[in-house]
Amino acid sequence: MMENNSRQALLRKIQEADFFALDLGLYLNTHPMCERALTLYKNTVREADELRHEFEEKYGPLTATRSSGKTPWQWSKNPWTWEKERS
Amino acid sequence: MWIYEKKLQFPVKIKNPDPKMAQVILSQYGGPDGELGASLRYLSQRFSMPNEITKATLNDIGTEELAHLEMIGTIVYQLTRNLSTEEIKASGFDKYFVDHNTGIYPASAAGVPWSAAYIQSKADVIADLTEDLAAEQKARATYDNILRLADDPDVIEPIKFLRAREIVHFQRFGEALRSVQDMSDKRCYSANMNK
Ligand SMILES: [Fe+2]
Repeated sequence: MMENNSRQALLRKIQEADFFALDLGLYLNTHPMCERALTLYKNTVREADELRHEFEEKYGPLTATRSSGKTPWQWSKNPWTWEKERS
Repeated sequence: MWIYEKKLQFPVKIKNPDPKMAQVILSQYGGPDGELGASLRYLSQRFSMPNEITKATLNDIGTEELAHLEMIGTIVYQLTRNLSTEEIKASGFDKYFVDHNTGIYPASAAGVPWSAAYIQSKADVIADLTEDLAAEQKARATYDNILRLADDPDVIEPIKFLRAREIVHFQRFGEALRSVQDMSDKRCYSANMNK
């Protein structure tokens, strides 16, 4: 349960950072000269990368290609997005 | 191409099943103003977009709509877990259940299967982006209707998130449309000056 909670808390942080980056990306598509948004975008993407790395080390891959060399194959092992344990 | 990531765009964690609500929310999966239509509309229209802004906007919003489709599927899935036969009958979910059980099927709340007739792709940037602006408002209005019918905070929070995204998409499509109008104005003036 403890592990479940910290896993969920870390996943929330990734969701927040990714969402911010995605929304800034949509904004930058229509405001390509906005340097303020670009700075925020760069910082947020870096933060999301770091969080993603930490999550994947602890709880397994978020994308199939980042599935580690471990046997059994890790990608299909941990829960899917629609499952209660996941999101 | 796309790379799948094993996470939802916004968390969905519904504790209590509610088959009646599931059937209503299913409309945003495969109904006339739902997320399946939204994603296919933008991802199909993007091929004939004329400039950097419109291509990127349709590509990226179309991709985000796929993430919304996944959220809606998740909401419906979680609302229909562990149903008793009594609950299925009493809620009116029996009409969906007889054809699909609790499988996620792209249809409207009234049971009409998803149709490509809900969308257009005209290779005409003004026609396409004007449709997209309307589509975002129709989706936003549908989420307003869902919020009027919903009372569980576990359902309301992700629906509010999705509703807010429609407003942001509307804003970005408006900017994309203006970028095309600016471009055609410039062409028109220079053509006149060359005469
Ligand atoms: Fe949208």
